[in-house]
Amino acid sequence: MVVLSEVRKLHLDPTKPWVLDGISLRIKEGETCGLCGPGASGKSLLLKIICGLVFPESGHVEVRGTDLLRASAAARRKVQSEMGYLFQNNALFDSATVFENIAFPLRQRARLARTNVDEHEIRERVEETLRGVELLPHAQKMPSQLSGGQRKRVALARAVVARPPLLLYDEPSAGLDPVTTARIYDLLAREKAHTGATTLIVSSDLAALRAFAPRVLMLYDGKLCYDGPQEDMEQSDNAVVRQFARGDIEGPL
Amino acid sequence: MSRVLASIGSAVLALCREIGGMVLLLGYTVALALLGRFDRREFVRSLYKMGVVSVPIVAMTALFTGGTMVIQSGIFVQRYQAYGLLGWGTVYAVLREVGPILIGLMFSGRVGANNAADLGTMVVTDQVDGLRALSIQPIPFLIVPRVLAMVAAMFCLLILGDAVAIVGGMAFGKLLLGVDFASFWASCADAIKLWDLTVGLIKGCVFALLIAITSAHYGLQVQGGAVGVGRAVNDAVVAAALLIMISDDLLTMVLR
Repeated sequence: MVVLSEVRKLHLDPTKPWVLDGISLRIKEGETCGLCGPGASGKSLLLKIICGLVFPESGHVEVRGTDLLRASAAARRKVQSEMGYLFQNNALFDSATVFENIAFPLRQRARLARTNVDEHEIRERVEETLRGVELLPHAQKMPSQLSGGQRKRVALARAVVARPPLLLYDEPSAGLDPVTTARIYDLLAREKAHTGATTLIVSSDLAALRAFAPRVLMLYDGKLCYDGPQEDMEQSDNAVVRQFARGDIEGPL
Repeated sequence: MSRVLASIGSAVLALCREIGGMVLLLGYTVALALLGRFDRREFVRSLYKMGVVSVPIVAMTALFTGGTMVIQSGIFVQRYQAYGLLGWGTVYAVLREVGPILIGLMFSGRVGANNAADLGTMVVTDQVDGLRALSIQPIPFLIVPRVLAMVAAMFCLLILGDAVAIVGGMAFGKLLLGVDFASFWASCADAIKLWDLTVGLIKGCVFALLIAITSAHYGLQVQGGAVGVGRAVNDAVVAAALLIMISDDLLTMVLR
């Protein structure tokens, strides 16, 4: 479960208003949520706060029963090892092959558990995951040798390979063509069906989110301005939410 | 007037921030290195990337460094017929001063700049956050192995560079001044001590540590995409060159 309460985060430029201004939300175990909003509304930042990569100025962040802001470094690392994170620009390690990139979380998990790394098991798991994203023939390539869609699939494979109970996806389809986007969302849906992991997905692509996330949250001006089913967004009382959902040019956005 | 004071104040604060950041990084890195908490595989990989690959450029620099010393001292050697001092003068200067500084600057331009660019790129492409999301701490995983590799690589490169510079000095001495190898060697064998080599090696290791810390500091501080990476590389090289010169003066005074 993910619980955020009154989370506030300052802008790097102190003359500007709060990036996140009193965000409170609760995501139940196994639930899938979409997080949307206009550019620079703090969506990725919120994901990084949930992952423990960024600390808010105030508020309460609880992930899988651990208070991330007050937990020890070791406790925070343990929670992080139970998360899979797909970064907006993939964050693949340039100097490692596709195989090594995907094996990374498995090796790290073994290291944290102070158990021996079973290379045979790692190979099997990585190959199985690569087969799932249809990239097994590319296992020994470097990330720079792959196309944008392939890199995204490698990043997705790395996020899910350790079968974490909490998955955070940041713009999984940004910059991809519609067919590749559909493939990526199909992979996300299959992963969700397979593991039942709690999933929070940041995306501005409402059409793609529709089939994936029954519940949608919307951030605007540092605040959570919508929390509900996506199909109700167009009828929302909030003009900002309505305009965003309909994609109108005229409006407050 | 208040604007002038404000700009002076912000420049001083920025300087303090940079120095403070580097001192903290140095302290943390040394502590982790002493505790043995760093990634061994990354250390070996960095040692190859920073050391082995730098051999040709360092050897080339050293060869001409030896030659430059002979050319510069040649004027006086010929004027005072002091051919017997050529070997001593060249080797003494190479071991104690010119070798560590020139190889240090070359090392900074090649390895330090590369390290700052590499780390900066990792920051702007979220690779460092990617490590943290996998509960891997970037300092023991990325920084400590690279700092240790730079110091170890510099130590080895300096020994190689000193040897090549001496060979270069002998070759240029023979070609330009007609000093044969035996008398060149005899003049330095009589006067050069192990301490001269040790001083150079200590300087080289300190320079490497400074290059490593500045490049890591500026690399990890990158903001603003590719432009930020370029700025970080520039800042790292300038800061390292400045620190090399300052620390060289201090070390020369201490290690007499």
